[in-house]
Amino acid sequence: MDYFLQQVINGLQIGFVYALIALGYTMVYGVVGLINFAHGDVFMVGAFIGLYAIGKYHLPLFAVFLLATIGCAVLAVVMERVAYRPLRQAPRIASLITAIGVSLFLEYFTALNQVFGPNFYSFPRPFAVSSWGPGDISLTNIQAIIFLVTLSCLGALQFIVRRTRVGRAMRAVSFDPVTAGLVGVDVNRVISITFGLGAALAGVGGVLYGIAYPQVNTFMGVMPGLKAFTAAVLGGIGSIPGAVLGALIMGQSETLASAYLSSTYRDGIAFVILIGVLLLRPTGILGAAKTEKV
Amino acid sequence: MLIIDNVNVYYGKLHALKGISLRVGEGEIVSLIGANGAGKTTVLRAVSGILAPRSGKILFKGKDISGLPPHKVARQGIAHVPEGRGVFANMTVRENLDMGACTRRPGREVDESLDRVFSRFPRMAERAAQLAGTLSGGEQQMLAIGRAMMANPSMMLLDEPSMGLSPLLVEEIFHMITEVNRAGATILLVEQNASMAFSISRRAYVLETGSIVIKGDTDDLRNDPGVQSAYLGDL
Repeated sequence: MDYFLQQVINGLQIGFVYALIALGYTMVYGVVGLINFAHGDVFMVGAFIGLYAIGKYHLPLFAVFLLATIGCAVLAVVMERVAYRPLRQAPRIASLITAIGVSLFLEYFTALNQVFGPNFYSFPRPFAVSSWGPGDISLTNIQAIIFLVTLSCLGALQFIVRRTRVGRAMRAVSFDPVTAGLVGVDVNRVISITFGLGAALAGVGGVLYGIAYPQVNTFMGVMPGLKAFTAAVLGGIGSIPGAVLGALIMGQSETLASAYLSSTYRDGIAFVILIGVLLLRPTGILGAAKTEKV
Repeated sequence: MLIIDNVNVYYGKLHALKGISLRVGEGEIVSLIGANGAGKTTVLRAVSGILAPRSGKILFKGKDISGLPPHKVARQGIAHVPEGRGVFANMTVRENLDMGACTRRPGREVDESLDRVFSRFPRMAERAAQLAGTLSGGEQQMLAIGRAMMANPSMMLLDEPSMGLSPLLVEEIFHMITEVNRAGATILLVEQNASMAFSISRRAYVLETGSIVIKGDTDDLRNDPGVQSAYLGDL
């Protein structure tokens, strides 16, 4: 039982990180209908910003998160502006292929020696690891930080989306961009903000991931990106609570699979889930099929 | 107030508006009628910036607004109530109304607009917290008009407000349109229901396959044999 509870805690740790990434997928899909496959690489850039901010400049943790959110947000806004906006009216497949191109570009460009470099780099721990807990169960301070930071991000996001003018505009654009424009919403601006917000969350996720799994490399975003995408689909793409729910399920299932079956199943389980959802309930757990009104 | 001068609009190769000219004077209600596919909605979409004309000019209060993006047109004081209601079904009634005022600074004037909408549409006040998608068709149409009122526009474009509504509701909606007009908004009304449109407007234009074929006072149009047989049926 202790072992099981311990695995659940470990699953929450990775699940929360997936949630931070999955939100960006689902929000961007919500407003522009695009699966931004470069989103996992934004997460990677966040981790590298963390690496430099902690390792080289020894900044306090708060400043590290701030830098990662700003850096990733700027990156995503530029990415949308340069790569996706010109294709807004083009067939969807064009944007999708472009997204894959942007993803590869970020992975290989940053792997240049002049940028981040092609190797695995160890991520410096900003603090000594400690843990508390009764018996065989333990909660590390890393996990505590992940839970705390992620929950505050979710709270902040919920507040922005539900209670602010920008959030209202985002929901309006996601429901109907044309009508949103008619009432005076600058749709392009809202799309930029959405990309930025999603990327900021991924940046936080990147730093947390680096602290928890202290080795980074420019391809580190691929697998978490795919899993977070799966989580977003599982929860219902376009739905914010769905992305969080999907990510938590994803974290639990891969942790439990590697604990009780074998760690080699860990990555496989994600894609079994993806295929299963697409076959059985393509709209995901909380997603509703958009009904067209006549 | 609004002058459309020799405007051409294309959908790809399709020539949807063929050199349309029309004008709406300050304080007027002008109707634009025509059959399905004649290009009525296209005219409104060109004015509000959803479509950019290939040539021609659209002047609003003397300023050329052709080619401006929709949110900038909205900021000029033009509110467009789109066809098929177009409320944000995933948001509450109150949030829809707030969206209507999204170009304005929140404050007392916006609160006054909200009070006006609520007093004109008491049902909106009752259902403020309800999701707009759960409203009936007539209520959604009222909400769409209420949302447009929240912008405090000097001009309102209405696209087939009678569509899909019962005759009683149509009466109610048209009554509201005249009230909005009396409160100071100039109105360009697109309708298939010509007799209802004529009942509240002094002037009208008839659109056929992208061209204006008849224009004039509604009193004259009502007696025009061509208009009678094509648009007024057996009335």
